[in-house]
Amino acid sequence: MEWEAVIGLEIHAQLATTTKIFSGASTAFGAEPNVQACAIDLGLPGTLPVFNKKALEMAVMFGTAIDAQINKRSVFDRKNYFYPDSPKGYQTSQLFHPIVGLGQLDITLSDGSNKTIGVTRAHLEEDAGKSLHEKFADMTGIDLNRAGTPLLEIVSEPDMRSAEEAVAYAKKIHGIVTSIGICDGNMAEGSFRVDCNVSVRHKGDDKLGNRTETKNINSFKFIEKAINGEIIRQIEILEDGGHIPQETRLYDADKDQTRTMRSKEEANDYRYFPCPDLLPIIIEDDYIEAIRNQLPELPDARRLRFIDQYSLSQTDASTLSTNKAQADYFEAAAKQSKDAKLAANWLLGEVAKMLNQHDLSIQQSPVSAAALAELLIRIKDNTVSVNAAKQVFEAIWNQEGNADQIIKEKGLKQVTDSGSIEKIVREVVAKSDKQVQQYIAAEPEKRGKMLGFFMGQIMKASQGKANPGQVQAILKPILDALC
Amino acid sequence: MALDKSDVDKIAHLARISIDPKDTSEYLNNLTSILDLVDQMQAVDTEGVEPLSHPLDAIQRLRADDVSETNQRELLQSVAPAVEEYLFLVPKVID
Amino acid sequence: MFSKTIAQLSSGLQNGEFSSSEITRAYLDRIKSLDSKYNAYITVTEEQAMQQASAADKIIAAGQASAMTGIPIAHKDIFCTEGVRTSAGSKMLDNFIAPYDATIIEKFNAANTVSLGKTNMDEFAMGSSNENSYYGAVINPWGENRVPGGSSGGSAAAVAAQLAPVATGTDTGGSIRQPCALTNLTGIKPTYGRVSRFGMIAFASSLDQAGPIAKTAEDAAMMLNVMAGFDPKDSTSATHDTSDYTASLNQPLAGLKIGLPKEFFSDDLNPLIAEKVQAALKEYQALGAELKEISLPNTALSIPAYYIIAPAEASSNLSRFDGVKFGYRCDNPENLEDMYKRTRAEGFGSEVKRRILVGTYALSEGFYDAYYKKAQQIRRLIQQDYISALQEVDVIMGPTTPQPAFVIGEKTSDPIDMYMEDIYTLSLNLAGLPGMSIPCGQIEGLPVGLQIIGNYFAEERLLNVANMFQQATDWHQNTAPGL
Repeated sequence: MEWEAVIGLEIHAQLATTTKIFSGASTAFGAEPNVQACAIDLGLPGTLPVFNKKALEMAVMFGTAIDAQINKRSVFDRKNYFYPDSPKGYQTSQLFHPIVGLGQLDITLSDGSNKTIGVTRAHLEEDAGKSLHEKFADMTGIDLNRAGTPLLEIVSEPDMRSAEEAVAYAKKIHGIVTSIGICDGNMAEGSFRVDCNVSVRHKGDDKLGNRTETKNINSFKFIEKAINGEIIRQIEILEDGGHIPQETRLYDADKDQTRTMRSKEEANDYRYFPCPDLLPIIIEDDYIEAIRNQLPELPDARRLRFIDQYSLSQTDASTLSTNKAQADYFEAAAKQSKDAKLAANWLLGEVAKMLNQHDLSIQQSPVSAAALAELLIRIKDNTVSVNAAKQVFEAIWNQEGNADQIIKEKGLKQVTDSGSIEKIVREVVAKSDKQVQQYIAAEPEKRGKMLGFFMGQIMKASQGKANPGQVQAILKPILDALC
Repeated sequence: MALDKSDVDKIAHLARISIDPKDTSEYLNNLTSILDLVDQMQAVDTEGVEPLSHPLDAIQRLRADDVSETNQRELLQSVAPAVEEYLFLVPKVID
Repeated sequence: MFSKTIAQLSSGLQNGEFSSSEITRAYLDRIKSLDSKYNAYITVTEEQAMQQASAADKIIAAGQASAMTGIPIAHKDIFCTEGVRTSAGSKMLDNFIAPYDATIIEKFNAANTVSLGKTNMDEFAMGSSNENSYYGAVINPWGENRVPGGSSGGSAAAVAAQLAPVATGTDTGGSIRQPCALTNLTGIKPTYGRVSRFGMIAFASSLDQAGPIAKTAEDAAMMLNVMAGFDPKDSTSATHDTSDYTASLNQPLAGLKIGLPKEFFSDDLNPLIAEKVQAALKEYQALGAELKEISLPNTALSIPAYYIIAPAEASSNLSRFDGVKFGYRCDNPENLEDMYKRTRAEGFGSEVKRRILVGTYALSEGFYDAYYKKAQQIRRLIQQDYISALQEVDVIMGPTTPQPAFVIGEKTSDPIDMYMEDIYTLSLNLAGLPGMSIPCGQIEGLPVGLQIIGNYFAEERLLNVANMFQQATDWHQNTAPGL
């Protein structure tokens, strides 16, 4: 019997505000422990929350970006539970009346097909602090710098059926939140974290199986691995006649497996109720429409524009527009080099290959869009050959200088002086008597294919610096004159 | 809604308050009498009545997204039970 | 000197009859010699008081004094005071030196008042007798075995015993009005949101409100002039303009419509109290007021609704006392769970624990609708009763308490018996309305309080109504025997 996975995602996007959701403390990442945890963030007796205007604006931006229902009245609730990194003993969240209601978006899969995924809701809440378990022998250290950072929790419908769909959905959301500038999307720093709800059932069943929730996954690769691992684990248990307990799990990237989260083993009763320290958030149509009208370009629109403006293929446009940073990089390189196709090819080719090898995101690329564009310009104006350009690119990557410096230092400048080229051509032809005789003996229509040998020899002789187009233009008349 | 001792234990666990087993009966009696008192409410027809969470019909004010807090770590951690390397310390947590 | 009102002290200070340092010294000496009898103070801040007094004297000498400059005040130990222990009457905060000032403390500092110290209170303001304090019961100056009421029992006893000319209090279900009634003082619980809650340790956020405890309505008005006003740090703070609460104290009462809720004069009321209240009403008639019987049909439901809502909010508000960031932590915890449970079991007193458990239960899964939601619906019915009654009358009057001060220990065995003490005061907090208690006589040497209830933000009118009575009578001038 065939199994089918049912997957829903809860995505926590840290909003890119300057201050916390309920206090005026900074949200900057990477500060020393607890310097950004003010009295309000620590939940000191007597302190009270006041809601950050920007966090509201960003949540509404997201809602309008996916064309979801925006609730004109939303309410903060308290989710009560004890955990050391939750300083007040409750998390301020929105259960009963979230700011963003139903919405949906389309994802594109590798076979080119599209699928619509429902977004159940998106609500505002405060992030918790961080527990450092490894630092001390018998104790856990608590850093509350992150406590109170605004989060938008985006909850999907259980509409996905494979890890590929889940990753495509997560990437789509990532593209949207980064494009509209409400989240920096930095997964390594935890700005964009994904909880995966996974269950399996026999294909055709209406009833959902028991699901597990794998928490806090912080890379697209791990989403894929965690979901696939979880699907296999669940199927194996069920096929052995076992039972899947509804539970929270953690993904261990080192072991590439999920495990039960001990601290969440017991069923919790969060005792949600409306937060009495905060009042209902009421917004008007005008406010929503003003935000909608000022929304930056969304990935879908950008994809269409890429096809239109830069004549990119559907696939290239789609790949380049999903990730905001990559799309920005591409456009910057395309504009500066004035050759979008060349920029797209390089970005999806050499740049992507190197980033992958070094496990870096486009933001971390040691080669900036401007630096790449400088190189592309040198390819276009025939200063370097494509082959030489790859060497130049590696050198830029290794911080050896800019394109022009490297071309000069390594002597990679393409030879375009026809006199010099003709000299090399004549030398090679003179040394290749056997091949010249074969060329002469060949039928004229087959001679074209035989040029390859000469080309190779000439490029070798010029150390790759001769312009191939020029070589060909000079070589053919010389050989033909011998016939 | 009659309570029993296991309910008291469950509630006390949710509230993270340990109760000496010899005191459970007293808590049970207290809670039961309080719940008997509040059960008067059940006789009232509140169909369609909007719950009142805040006495004033006000709406949430919004704060500008400007940093107003400075680093007060030393002062704030001076009242903490256990701090090391600027981290609040608790008994080891097992995820 | 100790019988002087702050209005009298204020003119004496400004006329140079005495200095703030002199009266502050005198109060500090009196506290030192007499407070062991009453236990009204938890902490006396002698050094700070003398510094503030001397600063105030300089301001007076410079001719820059305002009405409150140099006035000594006692603050309920629920308001955070920077550098001074702020205990909320709890072992949990016995070691808590507040790192910041509550907004009202800032306001009193800005008005150059002198803080004598922090007064005793029922733990976390939960109680009606001040017997629930970690620092021991407070003695009512009107009877050495009697309670002063609660939860602001220390503030009331301090003013009644002339250990402070005036004090601050908080009122969640009657905690200003009931102690005032039991100690022959004048107190006002302002409209919810009128006085900032920032820095006031929360009991039940949607009910808590701070106010003054004084000898006269005029003194209460002077105090409220400092305390009232919008605070951007408190989301629930009212933005309405404040007035000069002393401005219309002497406005004649001719034509004042007083509503008498028949539910406040039922058989539960001690007939001797009823008699005193009736006599006061006659006095108001003599001042030109008209009496009108009204009905607040849901009055009896205020007890059940309150004893769900207040504990529910408290159960969540008090979750931050977990032994991690501040306050008490149990010795040698075996693990995290043990730390939480023993810290909270050892740090909280029995009434606080009882209310946390009730609140936890009321919010727990499966009971939310039957308890919490139901109570909030009844809360609206109670509010509607008041709103319609106050369309017909200007103020509502009745007894503050059903009994005069009871004997220490009399009601401690049965929490319900104690809860009934607040039958006439609770409903105001549920509705968010302002209310006062003023002295209106004595029964066998024990004071009786008249409660005056007004419309939202009608504090100025209430103080006027109270002051005119005090101009015509001298009940408020009676002092406790043996002073």
